[in-house]
Amino acid sequence: MRGLTKRFDRLAVDALDLTVDAGEFYALVGPNGAGKTTTLRMVAGLLEPDAGSVSIFGVDALADPVAAKQVMAWVSDEPMIYDKLTPLEYLEFVAGLWGIEPKVSQVSAHELLASLGLGPHMNERCEGFSKGMRQKVALAGALVHDPRLIILDEPLTGLDAVSARHVKGLLGERVRAGCAVIMTTHILEVAERMADRIGVISSGRLVAEGTLTELRQQNGHTDTSLEDLFIALVDVKAEAA
Amino acid sequence: MSSATWFARHELRLAWREWLAMMTGGRRKRTRVAVIGLIVFAALMHLPAWAVIGRFADLHAPLDKGSAIVLTSTIFLAFALMLSQAIESVTRVFYARADLDLIMSSPAKLANVFSIRIAAIALSVSGMALVLSTPFVDVLVLEGGARWFAAFGVVVAVGLAAAALAIAVTIALFRLIGPARTRLIAQILAAIIGAGFVIALQIAAILSYGTLSRFAVLTSDAAAAYAPEACSVVWWPARAALGDVGTLLLLLAASLVMLGVVMTIFAPRFADTAASASAHAVASRQGRGARAFRKGSRQQALRRKEFLLLARDPWLMSQTLMQLLYLVPPALFLWRSFSDSSTALALITPVIVMAAGQLAGGLAWLTISGEDAADLVATAPLSPTSVIRAKIEVVLITIAGVFTPLVAALAILNPPQAAVTACGVLIGATSATAIQLWFRVQAKRSQFRRRQTSSRLATFAEAFTSIGWAATAALTLAMPKVAIVSGAMTVAILAATWKLSPRRA
Repeated sequence: MRGLTKRFDRLAVDALDLTVDAGEFYALVGPNGAGKTTTLRMVAGLLEPDAGSVSIFGVDALADPVAAKQVMAWVSDEPMIYDKLTPLEYLEFVAGLWGIEPKVSQVSAHELLASLGLGPHMNERCEGFSKGMRQKVALAGALVHDPRLIILDEPLTGLDAVSARHVKGLLGERVRAGCAVIMTTHILEVAERMADRIGVISSGRLVAEGTLTELRQQNGHTDTSLEDLFIALVDVKAEAA
Repeated sequence: MSSATWFARHELRLAWREWLAMMTGGRRKRTRVAVIGLIVFAALMHLPAWAVIGRFADLHAPLDKGSAIVLTSTIFLAFALMLSQAIESVTRVFYARADLDLIMSSPAKLANVFSIRIAAIALSVSGMALVLSTPFVDVLVLEGGARWFAAFGVVVAVGLAAAALAIAVTIALFRLIGPARTRLIAQILAAIIGAGFVIALQIAAILSYGTLSRFAVLTSDAAAAYAPEACSVVWWPARAALGDVGTLLLLLAASLVMLGVVMTIFAPRFADTAASASAHAVASRQGRGARAFRKGSRQQALRRKEFLLLARDPWLMSQTLMQLLYLVPPALFLWRSFSDSSTALALITPVIVMAAGQLAGGLAWLTISGEDAADLVATAPLSPTSVIRAKIEVVLITIAGVFTPLVAALAILNPPQAAVTACGVLIGATSATAIQLWFRVQAKRSQFRRRQTSSRLATFAEAFTSIGWAATAALTLAMPKVAIVSGAMTVAILAATWKLSPRRA
């Protein structure tokens, strides 16, 4: 994305430049209201930017949104599922929307649900599911069409430790297979452990970016945690503001 | 302040805010406009009230049997409507109020707390009935004297009794069929009770007198012959409404005792029932077994999903049942007309057209606005136009499925009328769908009850265009030249609605 800008009552995203490569796990961190979700919603085509451009694997996402959407998946912190459908019916619907061959998507759906621990529940309606289970169904929906770019907004919210590990494992596999992942998270430990690169966003601007080592070097520390770095970066920004 | 008083204040505040949100569409800035609108609406309502009830203002005790039957039936109709609303309110308390966990985990005495909640339901049902009955009672007071003020007392008594019965019925349903089925059955029951009395009278009128007028039954000799004697308790509400203070006090006392008994018996069980309902909310239901994924286009996938969700929607089931209930009298009329051709057959067309418009409006909201996974559909590789087209197709296919058998039956009897009815159904359904499209707002399907509060304009436009197309269809059969005027007026309403819609802006 280049020069991505969005204004609501105030400037939410301020001329943001960001590149994520294929096979890279990118974590976007920042305080509440920093512009993380707005940025990701613009990339996913859910929000129209006021200025700037988004290119997804060479496709101009603003000029040809349908082609861009074909290769990406979006998972929000609020699971987007239907209470009256079963997980299997939900995945059939998602695969149908993305035009995936039923023979392929059926196998993939069963594998995904099993790997997320939803095998015994795949024929139960989602209305009685806990938030964590719903989040896993939504995640399976995002992966069933084998996207090349996965955009996740706080995907681990509501997941227990075992489920969170399953999800992290699945995402890791996708990254190793060449998929690009952009994820926002408040859990800095996850970003620290999983991300190849981390971007720190504050007041709509990218205030720091790089691997954990690079971030430490940029701030003159060698052995601090991401949490300490994050607080230092955000505090400096807040004081400057 | 005792916990009971505190909770009563809390309930009153919640009820007031809910009512205010319903009136203002959730926008606080609109409060003054809503109040002015309500006053104007109430003033205007006196005109139809005068037309409907003005002629009864001179009634005095003792009543002749015909008048007593009509008055008592009207009060019974009000009771049925209040009972329907009360059942709906009670199920909402069990299933939809987000504060039950908080209340039940608090150290407050639950029997007291739930007694207040029962009283709040009774108050809200009676309060709404008082508001709605005011124009009618005003007309009676202005035309027939102050004695008609007693009618307000009757409304309160009937409201309290309806609330008491609704609570007893709903909790009995919980015990009999369990929380899993009670929600759906109670919704269907509420719909049937609300419409059932009028429809039953219409059916009786058609079968006995060949007319759709329910007054034909109420004022008939047969009804008078079966009616009890003048001293019967059955006539108490009518006598009380006419100003018999002694009877009114007895009626109020009886309904208060009824509510008190319900509170005493059911308030301690309210907590268990509510707990069962919330436990049901987290229990999963088994869907159909695994089967092969189906082939098809992206639009087909979207349509399949919409059909599946509509088929599994309890609200839709109860509403469709209600629409079908309203269609029973005209269908019976149609059946009778096979052997007895009548010009009154034309009455069927507007009823069918109106029902199609109303059902299409509800379906269109559910498919277009009530999208639980709006982000998912928005991030799918489909153009927004394809998505909307697929959803509109679902609405029109469903409408066709419901109304084709009726139009086909009509075609055997009167092909030109069937053609006009089919056109009316199509145009009425398309108009209602278009209005929902112009005023669409992203919402959860479970928020269906609130759809009418999101835009008053859309609600009124939908109702007026349905009525307009129904009138146009009827006039096309009877007075085609006048139908052109009626059709033009309906198109004008539609055009004005489009002009004012947020989608255009």
